[in-house]
Amino acid sequence: MRNIWTIYRKELNSYFVSPIAYILLLMFALIFGFFFWNAVGMFVYYGMESQMRGQMFPMNVNEQVIRPLLSNISVVGLFFIPMITMRVFAEEKRNGTIELLATSPVRDSEVIVGKWLAAVTLYATMLLFSAANFSFLFRYGNPDWKPLAIGYLGLLLQAGALLAIGTFVSTLTRNQIIAGAVTFGICLLLWVLEWVSGYETAAWARVLSYMSVITHYESFGKGVLAIKDALFYVTLIFLGLFLTARSMESLRWRS
Amino acid sequence: MITVKDLTKRYARTTAVDQISFSVEKGQIVGFLGPNGAGKTTTMRMLTCFLPPTSGNASIAGFDVLEQPLEVKKRIGYLPEMPPLYQEMGTSEYLKFVGRLKGLRGAELFARIDYVLERCAIGDVRNKLLGKLSKGYRQRVGLAQAILHNPDVLILDEPTAGLDPKQINETRDLIRSLAGDHTIILSTHILPEVEQTCQQVIIINRGKLVATDSVHNLQNRARGAESVLVEVGSRNGVLDPAAVEKRLQQIPSTARVVAKQSRDNRHTFEVETAAKDGSTRADIARAIVESGWDLNELRPAAVSLEEVFLQLTKAEASVEKLAAKGGQS
Repeated sequence: MRNIWTIYRKELNSYFVSPIAYILLLMFALIFGFFFWNAVGMFVYYGMESQMRGQMFPMNVNEQVIRPLLSNISVVGLFFIPMITMRVFAEEKRNGTIELLATSPVRDSEVIVGKWLAAVTLYATMLLFSAANFSFLFRYGNPDWKPLAIGYLGLLLQAGALLAIGTFVSTLTRNQIIAGAVTFGICLLLWVLEWVSGYETAAWARVLSYMSVITHYESFGKGVLAIKDALFYVTLIFLGLFLTARSMESLRWRS
Repeated sequence: MITVKDLTKRYARTTAVDQISFSVEKGQIVGFLGPNGAGKTTTMRMLTCFLPPTSGNASIAGFDVLEQPLEVKKRIGYLPEMPPLYQEMGTSEYLKFVGRLKGLRGAELFARIDYVLERCAIGDVRNKLLGKLSKGYRQRVGLAQAILHNPDVLILDEPTAGLDPKQINETRDLIRSLAGDHTIILSTHILPEVEQTCQQVIIINRGKLVATDSVHNLQNRARGAESVLVEVGSRNGVLDPAAVEKRLQQIPSTARVVAKQSRDNRHTFEVETAAKDGSTRADIARAIVESGWDLNELRPAAVSLEEVFLQLTKAEASVEKLAAKGGQS
């Protein structure tokens, strides 16, 4: 436990002493700021429109602002995750510091979990910037906070799963660019898998679309805590971290 | 302290380390000697639990590297060929991290950091980023990292590689001063380093153990018969080296005379003698002076480890060649 904490602190430190964290946070804040400004503008425009026509459409901040924004984050996250995880092990391998970790009295699993938790923390910090935007809605409106909280939980679970996969990919190479590109490819694939459900309903199509990380976000986005979707992400997290552990062990047998 | 038995590491096509066995007593400094690619690093990586052996076993302080790796790792300090430094960390921040990894906490951690900062003379760079340090400092921070948790066994892979002569001497002094408390294995392909720092040598070549003995014994073993270096000169008239050689051969106890060097009317010969009592040297001196030449120098020819090493690895190669020939016929 203490070893996980040691690794976690070191890892988080290395994100924040290098420009990586700041660039990611800045880019995310910019992109999300634009989304937010857009969504709120749209909401206000429709509100005025419906008043002018004298027809009162039901307006709902949760449904019309928060929900689409949350699913935007879940897609934007796919682009940021490879940048967070690409260095995790690839850099240690290139610098030779992997020899220090592997010959210190710590278990592989402690190293992996510490590193993964640090990556999740960086992602959560990124989400804080979006939360800052949402706080304006609470200042000037009266949205329900529960769906928002569940939406964030879903985002964290989804990111946790993809970060675990990215961590695994990072153990396969000493080249950060390769690690980043492969992780990006996998993230993208896991997103677009659900497209097959648009035209095909056969069993294989349902399996493929079930594997899509985006499909499982839908319920969270609606503010529904669905156990089966949460389980999907948790399973993916365990799978990713398990593969990382296997890969680290096989490194020793191969290298 | 360290016991290695039939340690073997095989890759798909090559055998990097082939059935190596040796043991090291507590408090000794052992030189691990071999040309580049001999299997030194692979052996060290197996001792530090970084690589698992294909067969055979190794144990450190009674703990097997395969069975109880965590116990082994607690008792070793390892400096890999490339010091494992995080470029973006400061020196003391890095040592703090490594100390925690090795299980040090609180006051003990800080006391040990102060100790290694002083011991490795890196106090003046304690707040510098590791990525900005010169090669010499990087190496010393690597060494500090290895001794930080006061391990029983130190495993140092080419600790003086890439340092300038002054730094090399300082590092060797440091390593020598660490012996006693620590058992040290250091690898090198520089022979004088072993002669100066180590008590015991393990020579490996192409994955095989060639010799393991004390430095002193190895030198003696290679020397065999005593041999003497003689430099003869002449201040009046040109000296004919053939005449000197002939005169030297006439001395009853000489076995062989080899002309080594001729320059400015001075000639050096190596004389191998059969007599072990040193009487040959007196005979040589007399013979030369009586012939009217000048005896400029007369000293026993020390056999350097370099020659020992070449002899041993050459013998190995010729044995292999014979074996290969036998196999063909």
